[in-house]
Amino acid sequence: MSSLSATIQEVFNEPGCGKNANKSEAERKKGCTKQLQPGGAAGGCAFDGAKIALQPLTDVAHLVHGPIACEGNSWDNRGARSSGSNIWRTGFTTDINETDIVFGGEKRLYKAVKEIIEKYDPPAIFVYQTCVPAMIGDDINAVCKAASAKFGKPVIPVNSPGFVGPKNLGNKLAGEALLDHVIGTQEPDYTTPYDLNIIGEYNLSGELWQVKPLLDELGIRIFSCISGDGRYREVAYSHRAKAAMMVCSKAMINVARKMEERYGIPFFEGSFYGIQDSSDSLREIARLLIERGAPDELMARTEAVIAREEAKAWASIEPYKPRFAGKKVLLITGGVKSWSVVAALQEAGLELVGTSVKKSTKEDKERIKELMGQDAHMIDDMTPREMYKMLKDAKADIMLSGGKSQFVALKAAMPWLDINQERSHAYMGYVGMAKLMAEIDKALFNPVWEQLRVPAPWENNTRNWQAKAIAQMDAEAAQLAADPVAAEAARRAKKICNCKTVDLGTIEDAIKARGLTTVDGIKQHTNASGGCGFCAVRLEDILAASQVAAGASVEPLLQAAE
Amino acid sequence: MAKVTVGKKACAVNPLKMSQPIGGAFAFMGLRGSMPLLHGSQGCTSFGLTLFVRHFKEAVPLQTTAMSEVATVLGGYENVEQAILNIHKRTKPEIIGICSTGVTETKGDDVEGYLKLIRQKHPELADFPMVYVSTPDFKDAFQDGWEKTVARMVEVLVDKPKNAARRDPKRVNVLPGCHLSPGDLDELRNIIEDFGLEPSFLPDLAGSLDGHIPDEFVPTTIGGIGVDEIATMGQAAWTIAVGAQMRRAAEAMETKTGVPFRLFERLCGLRPNDEFLVFLSEISGRPVPLKYRRLRGQLADAMLDAHFHLGGRKLAIGAEPDLLFDLSSALQEIGAKVTVAVTTTQSPVLEQIKADEVLLGDLEDLENLAKEQGCDLLITHSHGRQAAERLKIPFYRAGFPMFDRLGAGHQLSVGYRGTRDLIFDIANLIIADHENNHQATPDTWRTAEADTPVAIDAATMH
Repeated sequence: MSSLSATIQEVFNEPGCGKNANKSEAERKKGCTKQLQPGGAAGGCAFDGAKIALQPLTDVAHLVHGPIACEGNSWDNRGARSSGSNIWRTGFTTDINETDIVFGGEKRLYKAVKEIIEKYDPPAIFVYQTCVPAMIGDDINAVCKAASAKFGKPVIPVNSPGFVGPKNLGNKLAGEALLDHVIGTQEPDYTTPYDLNIIGEYNLSGELWQVKPLLDELGIRIFSCISGDGRYREVAYSHRAKAAMMVCSKAMINVARKMEERYGIPFFEGSFYGIQDSSDSLREIARLLIERGAPDELMARTEAVIAREEAKAWASIEPYKPRFAGKKVLLITGGVKSWSVVAALQEAGLELVGTSVKKSTKEDKERIKELMGQDAHMIDDMTPREMYKMLKDAKADIMLSGGKSQFVALKAAMPWLDINQERSHAYMGYVGMAKLMAEIDKALFNPVWEQLRVPAPWENNTRNWQAKAIAQMDAEAAQLAADPVAAEAARRAKKICNCKTVDLGTIEDAIKARGLTTVDGIKQHTNASGGCGFCAVRLEDILAASQVAAGASVEPLLQAAE
Repeated sequence: MAKVTVGKKACAVNPLKMSQPIGGAFAFMGLRGSMPLLHGSQGCTSFGLTLFVRHFKEAVPLQTTAMSEVATVLGGYENVEQAILNIHKRTKPEIIGICSTGVTETKGDDVEGYLKLIRQKHPELADFPMVYVSTPDFKDAFQDGWEKTVARMVEVLVDKPKNAARRDPKRVNVLPGCHLSPGDLDELRNIIEDFGLEPSFLPDLAGSLDGHIPDEFVPTTIGGIGVDEIATMGQAAWTIAVGAQMRRAAEAMETKTGVPFRLFERLCGLRPNDEFLVFLSEISGRPVPLKYRRLRGQLADAMLDAHFHLGGRKLAIGAEPDLLFDLSSALQEIGAKVTVAVTTTQSPVLEQIKADEVLLGDLEDLENLAKEQGCDLLITHSHGRQAAERLKIPFYRAGFPMFDRLGAGHQLSVGYRGTRDLIFDIANLIIADHENNHQATPDTWRTAEADTPVAIDAATMH
């Protein structure tokens, strides 16, 4: 059994991950252990990521070994849906106390497993390691092994304590746990040429069920979904599938790739967000299955379903097009939804004025650029005030984002829609797009905005908070416009590398002074991208711009810095 | 007198309890321009943040020292230093409140020592208000984190008055427990101000998390009590502490400034509020305003109306000690029976609860006991929703978190008016449940013996 650090190294070396493949060997070693900026970080930990990835397995008891914070503060907060068991929504934790810290928590963990089996008898228990027991040296692998042997039931260790890294790393460590301990441990009752694995789909708000009827109609069997509405046994025999679709961008690429390597299951990366993506994915599924022995006629049937569904979907979107004409959307979200939703929104005739690429990989960013053309206005670290100004300046009519940033829009009396994990509506497949349009329409045209945008009668319009915020920002902008020196200084002060705090000016100077042409060169001389390596993409942009304009201002960055 | 027992399970199932550090961070959210900072890995902050955001439906400031595995092993000085510098530079707070977590307590980081070093090293921080509280996750619960943090705020932020004789007879300090909502604080503020007194709430969540729209976008808290006002709390004539958890902070205030305190273990119910108003009347020298005589009448009437529906009802309540004491007492006083009581942490009020037993346990215990005892009303925070569904009994959401209903910040339980509304809400749940699920049918009173009607021969009927 490999150690946790070896597993993490392996995940960092994942050849299927574009972000890693673009790094030098030394950077890869550092991997995603990026030292997050203290006092300036947001987002979940590796444990959070592991739990998100595995918790949708509905019949499994998910036991968190740690102090009350890890489970007590977070249980039952996901919108995944189950068609069967509800045990996944039960919060199990060892809630370790001071005594356990001193004497070790292994015995308590073992007893906890025993209690769960006695009371709930699930087909399997997943045990999640957290920071504190990892520090005191609780060996959850050994406890799980002993408990498995004693109770004759799979007890799976998920080694992903929070402090090893961010959420994304946790997703992958969860995948490793499945690969090491679950996949390939059972055999299905029967197989068909139409058996498909779906990897990285969590069935949030039941969105998988927006697509499943089409697969059912085509006779394609969702053999195993990892992990939305999944069952332990289905994952355990998932190695007998004929083909796989990887849904959530990079979150579980290691699972898809290793299953291809070990069991010869070909996979493709696809999305069911948006009409075109849904059609492409259905075609790709049919193609892979036919390659693996399904009859050729599957493709013809698939095309027929696609034609019918596309026609229906376009027809359902049609009525919105005139209403959405000229409406602009500010999209702030991370990861997969950035590029897949971009496509979907454009299908309805909405114009995009920005999208955040904070959590997106390089490929994601390329895709956004591809979809949105040169106008791609990617917003990395917008402050609430900037978001507000963007909305206010009629650059945007509606903001789509995750739950935590919604209040900026709502307080600014601007329409807003939740499109992250916590959302309550399902937006997948052809029907999902119609739903998304309906929701956007409801938000955009709700009369509440007119009510709220009128200030109280006794309030001085020029002195309210909205006016002040705008005035303040306009003043700053005017000051910069009037003073080219200050403007240039502000431009040069734009921080490019967050880990090592390197600004644009330093990088430009280094490029000019030393004639640098590569990211590695910049790193050597300025230390930029020496942390997480994430800003390498920005450095490439700067290099490209400096080569084109030979030292003139870096246009795309200026925009992003606005 | 309830017997307090501690659960013996190795595995907590469906936790009722939340962790101490976020209780501490919650207290810091009641200060103006404040940035609470958890010294731990980023998940510690992220989980807490999500809870607060979902409860209040507001942007909530909460930062992390983002401890990595290596930093944890080597000690977190650099992370604490960097976090403070970053927050100080980027968000320009008026105060940074730091709570430790399980990770950094297991390592044993000496954060007080770190703060001293940081102040020496960075002159701009020499006098900058920073408060550190030790709140390991593996001990105690949410309420304890709040309790320790408020006490620490008093110790660090309140100035020792130079001349104790020059107290301002109008000024009153109010130390509210974490079981009071922003709406409750505003209710108390109104009551106290109606006696011509000037209350200072520490902490004051009504200023920061009541949902109001701030004048400016700030990444810190948008309101609450200012550090300057806290410093002068030693000049007040009295301190009013609400909830037994606030005794520690009230005593700290008395020790440091000599301001005497009066602890109200609860302000939910008729007689506790009588005492409260009498006290306010005494210290202000003013009679109880007419308005409160009317509100008292309204509460009395509500109790009469509701006792028909709540009398004899068997309650299952899961809440932190002070909230449990509030709700169980107020409902017991109109005839409900506190059949099952589950709580999170030790407290002197637990023994006073009018139940046979109070269990330190989880929502699995609450659910199982409620089922065993045939309870007909479940009261706990939103995580009780699964249990309520399975038990098929009405469910009143109380406490933190309340993420699946709106208006958590304005749910009242204090004062005559708050108690009145609480009683109406709960009685209405019972009435609705009766209408939906317990209407009489022709078979309601049929017994097994009477279930075999004599067959009447059709031929004999003419």
